[in-house]
Parts: sequence; structure tokens; C-alpha cells
Amino acid sequence: MNWKNYTSLPKIFQNQRIFDGCGISGYLNIDGKRESGTKVKDMLCILHDRENGLGAGYAGYGIYPDYKDYYALHILFDDEKSKEKVISYLESMGYIILSEPIPTKTPSNVDNPPIIWRIFYEPKKMKSISDDEQMIELVMQINANFDGAFVMSSGKNMGVFKGNGWSYEIADFYKIEDYKAYMWLAHSRFPTNTPGWWGGAHPFNLLGTSVVHNGEITSYGTNKRYLESFGYKCTLFTDTEVIAYLFDLLVRKHKLPILIASLALAPPLFNEIERMDKEFQIALKNIRATYRSAMLNGPFSIIVGHNDPIPTMIGLSDRKKLRPLVAAISNDDNTVYISSEEASFKRLKLNAEFCDEFKEIWHPKSGTAIIARVGQGLLRNGLEKPLEKIKLSVMGG
Amino acid sequence: MTENTLKEKINMNGNNSIEIDCAPNGKPLNYKILNEEIHQVINSGYKKIILNKVCGQRFIGASLQGDLEFVINGVPGNDLGIFMDGPKIIVNDNCEDQAGNTMNNGTIIIHGDGGDVIGLSARGGKIYVKKDVGYRVGIHIKEYERKHPVIIIGGTARDFLGEYMAGGLVIILGLKILPDGKITENDYPICGNELGTGIHRGKIILRTNEDLQSKLGVGAKLFKPDEDDLKHIEPYLKEFCEIFSIPYKIITQKPFKVVKPISKRPFGGSYCGQIV
Amino acid sequence: MSIEHNIPNYFRVKIESDHCKKCKRCVSHCSYGALSFNNEKIISDDSKCVACNRCASMCPGKAIKIVKDESCLPPHGNYSRRIRNIIWAQSGTGGVLLSATGNDRPIRNIFDDLLLDACQVTNPSIDPLRETIETKVFFGRKPQKLDFTTDPIDPNKISLKTEFLPHFEIDMPLMVGHMSLGSISYNACMAIYQAVNELNILAGSGEGGLHPDFYEYGKNIITEVASGRFGVDIKYLQNTVGLEIKIGQGAKPGHGGHLPGEKVNSMISQTRMIPKGSDALSPYPHHDIYSIEDLAQLISALKEATRYKVPIGVKIAAVHNSAPIAVGIVRGGADFISIDGFRGGTGAAPRIIRDHAGIPIELAIASVDQRLRQEGLRDQVTLVAGGSIRYSADLIKAIALGADVGMVGMPVLIALGCRVCQQCFRGLCSWGIATQKPYLVKRLDIDVARNRIINLFHAWNEELKEILGAMGIDSIESLRSNRDRLRYIGPNPRIADILNVKHAGE
Repeated sequence: MNWKNYTSLPKIFQNQRIFDGCGISGYLNIDGKRESGTKVKDMLCILHDRENGLGAGYAGYGIYPDYKDYYALHILFDDEKSKEKVISYLESMGYIILSEPIPTKTPSNVDNPPIIWRIFYEPKKMKSISDDEQMIELVMQINANFDGAFVMSSGKNMGVFKGNGWSYEIADFYKIEDYKAYMWLAHSRFPTNTPGWWGGAHPFNLLGTSVVHNGEITSYGTNKRYLESFGYKCTLFTDTEVIAYLFDLLVRKHKLPILIASLALAPPLFNEIERMDKEFQIALKNIRATYRSAMLNGPFSIIVGHNDPIPTMIGLSDRKKLRPLVAAISNDDNTVYISSEEASFKRLKLNAEFCDEFKEIWHPKSGTAIIARVGQGLLRNGLEKPLEKIKLSVMGG
Repeated sequence: MTENTLKEKINMNGNNSIEIDCAPNGKPLNYKILNEEIHQVINSGYKKIILNKVCGQRFIGASLQGDLEFVINGVPGNDLGIFMDGPKIIVNDNCEDQAGNTMNNGTIIIHGDGGDVIGLSARGGKIYVKKDVGYRVGIHIKEYERKHPVIIIGGTARDFLGEYMAGGLVIILGLKILPDGKITENDYPICGNELGTGIHRGKIILRTNEDLQSKLGVGAKLFKPDEDDLKHIEPYLKEFCEIFSIPYKIITQKPFKVVKPISKRPFGGSYCGQIV
Repeated sequence: MSIEHNIPNYFRVKIESDHCKKCKRCVSHCSYGALSFNNEKIISDDSKCVACNRCASMCPGKAIKIVKDESCLPPHGNYSRRIRNIIWAQSGTGGVLLSATGNDRPIRNIFDDLLLDACQVTNPSIDPLRETIETKVFFGRKPQKLDFTTDPIDPNKISLKTEFLPHFEIDMPLMVGHMSLGSISYNACMAIYQAVNELNILAGSGEGGLHPDFYEYGKNIITEVASGRFGVDIKYLQNTVGLEIKIGQGAKPGHGGHLPGEKVNSMISQTRMIPKGSDALSPYPHHDIYSIEDLAQLISALKEATRYKVPIGVKIAAVHNSAPIAVGIVRGGADFISIDGFRGGTGAAPRIIRDHAGIPIELAIASVDQRLRQEGLRDQVTLVAGGSIRYSADLIKAIALGADVGMVGMPVLIALGCRVCQQCFRGLCSWGIATQKPYLVKRLDIDVARNRIINLFHAWNEELKEILGAMGIDSIESLRSNRDRLRYIGPNPRIADILNVKHAGE
């Protein structure tokens, strides 16, 4: 079947949940050194048994140093008309610094690609809401109300490259070897029941947060309704979209430390909480009570990229460990890798171009976040107890 | 609140008495802050609390117990003394609605007008109001064992006086007490319509020559006071007169009328339990 | 000639004389006076039989059967037997017809039209017997967000700055609905309170105070402040885990309450704090609440009275405008809302209100949950929903539609022996449940009753876990409002729209 519409689901599939299985990979250089996308492509493509050629994608952080102060919009258009509409809408809401096609392989190695565009953008200053809030409004507007247009990513100094195809096809199509990033995330899809449409591929992004996700959360309805009460519009009917918005809500809006946000998404069991120190109990129970609708249930492993204000990579699996997640650190302690399978790391070792050596490869505990940050190192390796190493003080009540 | 900021607002008088400025710098305190201060001074052992510049703060005296006395200078807000069980509150001004709501015991003395719904569901205690009051005064007051609420109004009342009354005593005197202390008869009707509607226990006593028959509500009946009624009310009336400096002989210058329930089960016959 | 006509009997007491031992046990057990012994055999006055089945279950010879009276009326598709009976009864007595339990009209039940999802392939189901599935609920107010700050120098130094709002934990999403001592017996109340205490769930006190013996179970009792304020004093307010302002009840929205004086014995008198034999009338409205800001005022008053330590909630009947009313209640400061659907139970209510007023709880949950979300308030409060949650399937569907906690009444009474004869208001309950007569009350053994309730709810919770496991959910909070896991199979797609649930097959 050849779907002509790339930016939204065909009518017959609208309002339906999308289920898929996947492979995920990513890495972050702690010293901030930028590398081309070939390495992450290798990490992902070796997981080819986890995909079926119906979608793949990459996110690079640090790829636009010359425009790092502007929001980089990566947009898919069905046709020139929808492009013109969106551009004139954007012009009315702010300033377009640069507007150009994203270079792709010619001739194309994928079928009928859409128009793929990038715009560096600055919204008009408003007193009532922040630039970030304005950008979210804009992105939600375009994705919900502009037919034939889909914003793939909207963060600063980062971008998402995704589409319908095998992981290697998408990497080649976007020439990701031409971009240099200090953090890369990658994803390949195995959709079960819907066509792989371009917008529905991963990573999912909102501003500086990108998510690649393997699994299917069973709490989708609860999470979606929770997000809607904060004004998010879940238009894509995938759980990954919901995870991206939850991260945005908890980390950017509610300003939770990333570890705390991970504990809201994958909280420890009550009987585990009840064995902890009093202060930890108070904190964890209040996290569970307050963020009960943000909890992710069912099988998932995710890698989240985040760059506000410090570039951070987070790996997290569900608390029953129903999806795989493995991590590694390089011999020089500078690179933290996360993937669905260890094969991703071995592949880098075997590739003569990289010959990466690993100091350690380990399996993080279920429901326990790995957190690595540019300039700060591997903050948590995912083997800790829920609030281990944290000096917690509880002021309220 | 730190101890220092609390000290700035309150003025200790010795004798277990303390004054609280309820509008420091002319800005009335929020009721939550004021009531929290009241709890703090009670916890510090003060028994007499003088609240100055009170301006509509609600729930003063809420659920307080024991041998406490409040003097309120200003107009307290709704629900004065709600759920109170013992303390005495003296208001040197008018009072908003629902004073003595669900009071279990205690005394509220208002040297001005009262509002609507005074003593809602009160089970005990006394509420004495010098001047006039509004609608639904004494609604659903009850009695239980030795608890027996008493509401006395120096002036007049409006409609639904003693609605649903389930015990206790309400007395309306129909006087007009002028600022200079002179006392005359009030020109307004002693009460409004629907007098004692739904009353099923207790009594309402009105000092008036008015014909009240047409004002009676459902289940209420008019009686002449008997010996027991007069004996019952005398000590309360004497106390009322003493508090508001009214010569007792003025009270006896007009006759009393009594409203009591037709029966203890005024609505017993209005339901049908047939198996259908 | 009597103005009252005989109404055709519904039931017939069939006694098989071969099996009857003439022990007269049935006569002594029939509290409705339908059975007697004429020195020869047991005879029945079928006009008095309510089919409570007490006689049948007590008969040592199993000689008694209650059967439907086979005499028939001329058939008519519109003037049903019930309608005709109502007219005969009213023309005989001139009174407002009383009724008890919940609406018994055969109106289509929406819970029955909802189907649950289960995992296949794309995510795994969970075995509830061998892996943990959590059913704990935080009851009360939660903040919209938590304020954590990280030390700028040491990122491992984190402080939680949020002021905690009053809430507490219960172990299952269950609350026994408010049934007062008065509407049910001391033994029934005691059994309920002991059971909820053991299970760490909740029970409502109903309006009518708390008997001194029940205070020791206060940590599992939500006490009620209703328009009559019966039994409300400081001890009552301050020895409770939560307080509920009762505005309405599903069985009788907009109606007050009336415990007739003859039921006010010394125990009820002590609990309600009114004299023996005195009518206990609950006014239709609260006379300190004539508007939404007055409700906020009573909420504030109760918070002042309890020094902001326990959650304060409001119970309303599910009516046409429940959703905006619920928003007003939450904005008024309530920490939880209870909604009682039109099938909710009662000890006594005018039949006309019980059978015709209010809306189904399923629709009310859906619209209240949705509206609170639109206002950004939903997650801060606990939503309790009841009004005919009959068994665990209804509970699960209520939670998936958006309730935090299910409120249950009738199933508890049925567990204790209630045969749903709907005569509670007569105070003659032969099973010792809805009565104050000591010789009837003592028929209900507190220990047995308590254990039956514990068993019932234990079973419900296990079934809840089975369903959660099948859905691949390991904690109840991920089921709440997860309407994605429900499908509608009824005849009216408009209902699916309001519930925001897809049709089966979609």
C-alpha cells in the first residue's frame, strides 16, 4: 500500500491507538564532543530484527551551533500549499531567521518523500507567556489544525530526522552523517496495525525533549486524559507522544529534578517504599499521590534526550522489566551508551571506523533511571535504590 | 507565624487576658490567620481574648471548648461560634449570619442586630441579641438531656422563626432599645410569616398583642402561656434584662403568646407504606 | 365499607404440609405478621408477605417456598400491575408512597453495556497471584504539583518544599456508603465498621452521629454532616479520618430525611443527641447553604473546626448538572467529592423521587471527571462514586470511567442476608439489618456479618487484580479514567459519546 498523506494518519486509522514494537539506541558524550550520525546508525541498524521497515528516526543534539539561540523547526509538508500556509502562520506569530529544505539523498532512496523543511525561528515576545509556552502552542496548533503539515521537532540546537523506511534507509535519506551531535537517539519501528506514516515514527519531540520508546503502555488513557487537563493535545494516538509530553510537564513545567520525574513515571512499589527511611517514604508517597496519573504502566523502555538547560540522556524501563534496556560506558569514561540490546555496543567495537572499547556493560534495574549529563558525567547508572545517594529534606507538613 | 510577629499584634493585659488587633495597620486579617492566632493564644494559656477592629472574619470561636471568653469589638463574620462547646462570646456591635451554628454549649451575646439563621441546629447554649434579627432564627434548634438552647431577641424577627424546631426555647420581646438606653416598644411586627413551620418540639414565646393566627406555619399552634411556661422563661428573661440593662418590669407590660407543635409527629400521616 | 381496596398479592407462602413439623419457627421469624398457627397448621396471610424468605430459610423441614402469586390481572401493556397498584394504594390512603433500597425500575444498566479490554501480544498480561498488583488509593486532596529544589552546588541535595494537604491511604478503592445507625441496626453498623477497619478501607457514618462504641473505628469512618446536624459535636468532628457534607443522596436527590419518632429509642437518641421518641427531620437543604459560596463557607468552617487536618468532602446526588456543580464544589475547597447515582439506595424515600429523579452514575462519573479535567482540577481531588455498584465488574468500570473510589451499600446488606424486599422503612427487617427492634437485631451475628463483608470485599479486590492483570496494569491508578480500556456494546451510541468510550469493534 502506498499512503499518499505523510503528515497525518489516513482517515480509516484516525482515532485509533497505534501499537508497535521497536528497537532503541542512543549515546551521549560527557565532554560535549560532537560526532557524526554514523555511529548511532550502526548501533540501531544492528537491531534490524526488531524492525519491519515501516519507520525509523534519529535525534541529534548540538547539531546547529550557529543557530543555537533559535528554535529549530523540522517540518514535514504534503505539498507546497500547506507549506505556504504554515510559513505565513509562523510569520504572523514571530520571526523566521532561516527557512530552507533539509538536504536529503537524491535520487531518493525512499518512496515518495514529503517536503522536508527546517526553519530557525524566534517567537514574538509576549508578557503573559514564555517563549517555550508560545512555541508549544504553535506546534500544537500546526499539528492539530494545519492539514498536510507536521512538526517533527521544535527544540533549540537539535533536530529530529524520521520517516517511513528501514533504519538504514532513513539514515541515508537524511544524510545524518553530515550532522555532528554530542547526543544521538535512534529508533526503528515494528508497527503492528497501522501504516508507518512519517509523523508517527520516533523520536517524538516537544521543544528540547525527545523520546524513543519500545513497548506499549497500558496506562495510555489515564496518561492522555491527565495531560489534556494541562492543555496538551494528544493528536497522534501513540503512547510515545504521551511520554514526551509527560516529560515536558514534569521536568520543564513542574521543574522536577529528573530523578524525581523518573520516580513519578516508574514509582517503586508501596511495599518497597514502606521499607525506606521516613523522609524517603514521605517524598515517594507524595510523588505517587500527586502524580498518580503520570505513572506509566505496562511494558516500556525509553531513552529520553533533554537539553534544558543541560543536555541530558535518560534511560528508563518499566518497573516489572518487561522491555529490554542495556547500558555501557566507554573506556575513557566519556561516552554513555544505552540500547535495546548489547549487540549495539559490540557492533561499535567490531566496526574498524570506531573500535569503541567499553569499560563496563550493565543491565540497569527495572524502573530505575540512568542519567548522564554533558559536563557532569554518569549521574546515575540505574543500579541504585530509588533515592540512594540523595540527601533529601522534606519541608512541608 | 513567628512569636515576634504575634507579639506585635497582641497586647497582654495580665489576668489571663489578651488583646488582638484584627486589622493591624488598618488591614483586616484573613480569618485563617486570625483563628490560628486565637488558637495560639489559647494554647499559651489565655482565657479572655479581646478582639479589636474585627471586620467580617468568619468562624470566630469555631469548635472551641471550655472556660474561654471573647470580647469582639467590631462586626464578626458568618458562623460565629460554630460547633462551639462552652465559651462565652460578647459582640459589642452587630453580627453577620448564622451565629451559634450547631453550637453544643456556650453563650453568645450580641449588643446590636443579629443576622439570619441564628442558632441553626444548636443543641445547647444561649444566644441573646439586643436588637432585631433576620430570617429563620432558631431554625432546627434541638434539645438533648440537660442541653436546652435558649435564644432571646430584644427586638423583632422576620419569617420562618423557629422553622423545624426540635426543642429549646425562642423568645422575641419586640422592644426597641435606643442608643441612649431609652426603651420603647418596637413599631415593627413581632415576627414574619411561616412562624414555627415544621415545629415538632420546644416552644416559641412572643411578647405581643398581635394576632398571630394567620402567620402560623405548618404544624404550629398558638397557646396562651401557662404557669409552667412563665416559670420556665423567667430566669432567662431576668438574665437578659440584666445583661442589656432593661428594667424587668417593662417586660411584663405586654402579654406573651406561645407557639408549640400540634403534635410530636406533625407529618406522620402524610406517607403511605403500602407494598406496591 | 372500607375506603381501602385489597391490592392483589404479589407472593404466596407455599407450605408443604408433609414436611412441616409444626415447630412454629416460621411464625416467630416472620416479622411482618404473615404467618400464624391455628392449632392445626401454619396459615399465611399472603397480603402481608414481602418475600423476605426468612421463614423459608429458617424452616428445619425445608417445607416453605415463597412463590409468585399466580392470580393475574387483565393484561395491559401500559398500565402495568405496578402502576395499577400504585393508584389503588394512593386512592386508599392519600399518602406519598414510601420505598426503600434503590430504584427498582428496569432501566437499562450502562455498566452492563461496557466491555473491558485485555492484553494480547503487544503487551503482556500480569499474573495477579504471583506478581504484585497494587490497589492502594490516596484519599483526599493532592497538590497540583510538587515543589522540589536541587541544591545548586550538590545536585544530590534535594528538598521537597510542598505543603502537604490532608489525605490518607486506604488499601482498596472501596467505601461502604453512608448508612446511619437508625437506617440500619447497631449490629449491622458494628459489622461494617469492624470489617472496613480490618480491610483498611472506608465506611460512611451516615447522618445521625456516631455511637460511642464506634469511635474506636474512627480511622476508617468518614463522618457525615447533613442538614439535620444530628449527633454533630466536637468529638464527632475531631475523631474522624474525613468529614463529608451531605448535600444529596442518589435515591432521593433534593429530598431531606425523616427518621420517625418511634424508631428513636434510647440508643438512637444517644447517638443523634435528640430526645427519645422525637422525630429526626433532616431539612431538605442545609439552611446555612443557599448558594455555592455558602457551601465553601461550610467547608471552611469544618476545616477550621478540624484545624485543617482531615479531608473535607461533599456528597451530591447525580443530577443533570452534576459536572458544573462538582467544579463549584472543588473550587469551594472540597478535598473529595462523592457522587451517588440514581440507583443509589436508601432506608426510606418517597417512591416518586427514588424511581424518577437523578441520572445514572456511569454518565455522572464521565461528565464530572471530564469537566474537572477541563478546569485542571481533577487530579487534586478524590472522586468517590456510587449508586448501584453491584459487584466488582461495576467497580472496575466505574474506576475506568474516572472514579477513584467506589461507594457500595446494597451489596454489603445483601451479604448480610438482605433479600431486597424493599421494606426497610417499616423497621421490621426480619434479617436484623434495617430495624431497631432488639429481638430482630440480635438475629444478625456481628462476627459472622463482619467476616462475610471481609470475604466479599476480599473477593472483589482479587477480581479487580485479575482484571488489572489481564489489562497489563500493575497499579490501580493506571486504570482510573483509562477509558481507552473500555468499549460500549449497548444500543445507544450517544451514551458512548458522553462516556467518551469507543464502540466495541472500533
